[in-house]
Amino acid sequence: MALETQTAPPKVRLDPVRWMRDNLFSSWANSILTIVAVVLLYSIVQPASRWIFTQADWTVVVANLKLLMVGQYPLDQVWRVWLSLLLTMAMLGVSKGVWSKVVGNVGPAYVLGLTLLAVLPFPLYGLTNRLWLAAGAAVLIGGWWLGRRYGASPTFRNGVSWAWVLLLPLVLLLLRGIEPLLPVIPTRAWGGLLLTFVLAITTIVFSFPIGVLLAVGRRSSLPAVSIFSTIYIEVFRGVPLVTVLFMFLIMLPLFVPGSESTDNIIRAIVGFTLFTAAYIAENVRGGLQSIPKGQFEAAKAVGLNPFLTMVLIILPQALRIVIPSNVSQYVSLYKDTALVVVAGGGMLELLGISRNIANQPEFLGKFIEALVFAGVLYWIFAFSMSYIARRLEAEMGVSKR
Amino acid sequence: MMQPQTQGDIIVCRDVCKWYGQFQALKDVSMSARRGEVIVIFGPSGSGKSTFIRCINRLEEHQSGQIIVDGIELSNDVRNIDAIRSEVGMVFQQFNLFPHLTVLDNIALAPKWVRRKPRAEAEQTAMELLKRVGIETQAHKFPGQLSGGQQQRVAIARALAMQPRIMLFDEPTSALDPEMIKEVLDVMIELAKSGMTMLVVTHEMGFAREVADRLVFFDHGQIVEQGTPEQIFTNPQEERTKRFLAQIL
Repeated sequence: MALETQTAPPKVRLDPVRWMRDNLFSSWANSILTIVAVVLLYSIVQPASRWIFTQADWTVVVANLKLLMVGQYPLDQVWRVWLSLLLTMAMLGVSKGVWSKVVGNVGPAYVLGLTLLAVLPFPLYGLTNRLWLAAGAAVLIGGWWLGRRYGASPTFRNGVSWAWVLLLPLVLLLLRGIEPLLPVIPTRAWGGLLLTFVLAITTIVFSFPIGVLLAVGRRSSLPAVSIFSTIYIEVFRGVPLVTVLFMFLIMLPLFVPGSESTDNIIRAIVGFTLFTAAYIAENVRGGLQSIPKGQFEAAKAVGLNPFLTMVLIILPQALRIVIPSNVSQYVSLYKDTALVVVAGGGMLELLGISRNIANQPEFLGKFIEALVFAGVLYWIFAFSMSYIARRLEAEMGVSKR
Repeated sequence: MMQPQTQGDIIVCRDVCKWYGQFQALKDVSMSARRGEVIVIFGPSGSGKSTFIRCINRLEEHQSGQIIVDGIELSNDVRNIDAIRSEVGMVFQQFNLFPHLTVLDNIALAPKWVRRKPRAEAEQTAMELLKRVGIETQAHKFPGQLSGGQQQRVAIARALAMQPRIMLFDEPTSALDPEMIKEVLDVMIELAKSGMTMLVVTHEMGFAREVADRLVFFDHGQIVEQGTPEQIFTNPQEERTKRFLAQIL
């Protein structure tokens, strides 16, 4: 019987004074550090908030909000961007319902953010935009409910996965248009945050499979495949991203006749993709190397051929391991899309537009406000990305244990 | 020395040699196994016993000599290797289960993808095998949630799922805590009594005494001596065998 009786752990009372003594003032050194940190924090937050609330002239952002968000995209067609947002929010909501732990707080945070933007009395935008924002929050909640309701069914889950796969082409088609149903909006009119997203997401989607293939190729026993992969990876890793973009945007038309008619955005995406794939390949190769030899032997011993071994046994384990490094690559890519401005081609994404605004006569030199605004937008989505990735990793870690 | 028999033998090895760089791991190993025979291979570490059984399903490649498994000679022909691997099950010292798959999926994977069995049938067979090794209640757990002994039993079930004619065991109990060794050996004893051809590298002499038809003593890449458990334990002929047995018994 003695084995059955277990004593409960001692109860810890939540006591703020005690907590502070244990964690902030446990020793002289710790107390000094705490005080220094508080002083530092104050000396940064105080002037920053004073600037944000009293000195900054946010009219520059208000007047250029549409430009910052979608660039030159025609105003009467902006509903297509809104609809794309709605589709994405609906998918996010469904995913929150189905894989609640992975999406985590991103779901509620977006509902809250969209709702606040829709109802707070900012003098930023009109009723139509508020309705769109409210609709965004509404479809997110609706999707969430749907996901919770049907999330148990494997068919539904498969459907959701496929819907994510189809979302990108669908949104791109919607944004670009298709004659005669929807007027085509030439990609040179795309700009701002919209362009940043299109560049980043398309690159992420294409560079992942290419990177995985290159990583597997580099380890291949066929010399032609492994040499090609190695050369490709080393060349693209050894060249600055700006150079790659410059090659594809400016130099390509000089060397390859006929390529000047190719869309600038497509050329930029190809450049970003080829560059990012090399880094993804190296990350994945690191993951492949960390898989013990015994896994390959066990797969061989049950009769799996090399292809099935890779697809069923090795890659699922290796790709999980490299989620953190791949996501940091994607976050840095997302921010590096700003380089299209430097490389030329006339594309103005979020950062490019923020800088351009400072050239408008009425807002001459008011670039800090626009840059801070752009910075906040970059941060929101970069953080969402790394947050979801961390949750995904933790979720998959459970099964790995 | 007995000459290897060709007729009725499921495994025939003639003058098998294997080198790692300059080091010769196997020196002219000749041995055969009859259908249903249980052979225990033992010897000091580095004596080539693991290398030898790994050559039989070609996890290692021998450089000279002949290995014929169920009438198929091991060569560089990929089809031969695949054919032999699906005839020969293997259990490793470190279990080598697939950590990202559930116990059930570990077992049903190869029948589904290699034998092209429908999912339901593969999973039903997997459940039956889990029952046979006594852990059907763990089917939906992941390998990392199981004890070492349970993991090794899953590994045995995984190998059996391909319906092999020969089972190779490479020190199956060496990585286990003492209290888990018995549960694995019990499964192996049951398997041996069911008529499976087994080659077992182990130092579990109790197991050898109970079910082995023949003991083979390896040292320095060679077969030093072989015989029935009775002969080896009570009347070993070679000095090296005597010394080694004195150390482990």
